Amino acid sequence: MNLRRLDARHVLCPLPVIRTQNTVANMKPGEHLEVVCTDPGALNDIPAWCRINGHRVVESCQQENEVVIRIEVGDHD
Amino acid sequence: MTIQRKAVALISGGLDSLLAARIILDQGVHVEGINFYTGFCVEGHTHAIRNKDKDRPKRNNALWAAEQLGIKLHIADVIEEYKDIVINPQHGYGANLNPCLDCKGFMVRKAHEWMQQHDFDFIITGEVIGQRPKSQRRETMPIVARESGAGDRLLRPLCARLLPPTLPEREGWIDRDQLLDFNGRSRKPQMALAAKLGFSDYAQPAGGCCFLTDSNYSNKLADLWQARGERRYELDDIMLLKVGRHLRPADHFKLIIARDDGENRFLDGYRKRFPHLYATSHKGPLVLVDGTPQQEDLELAARLLARFSQGRDAEQVRVSITDAGGARELDVAPMAAGDIPEEWYL
Repeated sequence: MNLRRLDARHVLCPLPVIRTQNTVANMKPGEHLEVVCTDPGALNDIPAWCRINGHRVVESCQQENEVVIRIEVGDHD
Repeated sequence: MTIQRKAVALISGGLDSLLAARIILDQGVHVEGINFYTGFCVEGHTHAIRNKDKDRPKRNNALWAAEQLGIKLHIADVIEEYKDIVINPQHGYGANLNPCLDCKGFMVRKAHEWMQQHDFDFIITGEVIGQRPKSQRRETMPIVARESGAGDRLLRPLCARLLPPTLPEREGWIDRDQLLDFNGRSRKPQMALAAKLGFSDYAQPAGGCCFLTDSNYSNKLADLWQARGERRYELDDIMLLKVGRHLRPADHFKLIIARDDGENRFLDGYRKRFPHLYATSHKGPLVLVDGTPQQEDLELAARLLARFSQGRDAEQVRVSITDAGGARELDVAPMAAGDIPEEWYL
């Protein structure tokens, strides 16, 4: 499986979402993206962005001061 | 066959843009949202940083609004382009360093570019005549439409019936009779409409969404420009203006002093870029030093740090100081509160 990683640490909302959005724009449906953030707001914002744009959060977790969110890219229309 | 008309809505996350988009959605138009990140947006940052905000919802209001509306939202990073709006506003500033009219024109222009690139038909904003003293007046409405290039493809559903018909109205893409005639600073019509449409949980009406409207923030930005001798900034500069106590004991340096653990963690991300200090004998703040401090300035910074640490009543506080010369420790007496001149606080 294709897995890309995005380092969105040390930037605050909404930059992790913007970076996720811009990375996903260049990925194909079915590919996975793992985003690492330090802003805990990303735990709400990235899933919200996924829901409204047709992508799926496969899993998310918070470890120490980092948040890791794994996304499966949906159809771009 | 009827053509499906498409509109791009400027979504700030506030109530007005939410309602404006909903009104047009209800007329069968395909709506997608766009939100611009300038670097000065209030939500998100401060909520994420400070301990006292830990229990507040950390949602992004624009994303939340889009989800309530069931529309896509495109968030655009306009940090670089926006600098010229802040530094050289053609229409000047509001009460602080807020270039509201230029800002509105800029955002509508960017939305217009997006509209053209994506083959959409018109633009929606949540503007209301008389709502804002600088940017939302009857006289400014045509200025924004003209200077943005959007012309009569710019529709303000909340006050459209008080304005000349726009292209979407004239062409029958939407029914003008179903648009509104809100006017003035009162928020009651918007709140009543929100209740009617079933929106009960929305961002505070007319809540400030931009740090530039805040006098304390603007003062710190003005100080930054004065200290540098030029009006410029980078993203990190304007982020740091949102965090900590800022004290300027002299023209050539200022201190950024964390106020809690959340700010300590945030400033820690910048530690390698600045001379910095922290207490080793007591719990206390991380302090970044911005400028060109001399040795005696760092000693003063250490005494100030001690003042804001849990060792403020101790005779001595041990402070670690790191600058280009390396790290060292220094024992200092905390500065007395009364010895800190009020004018140092930015």
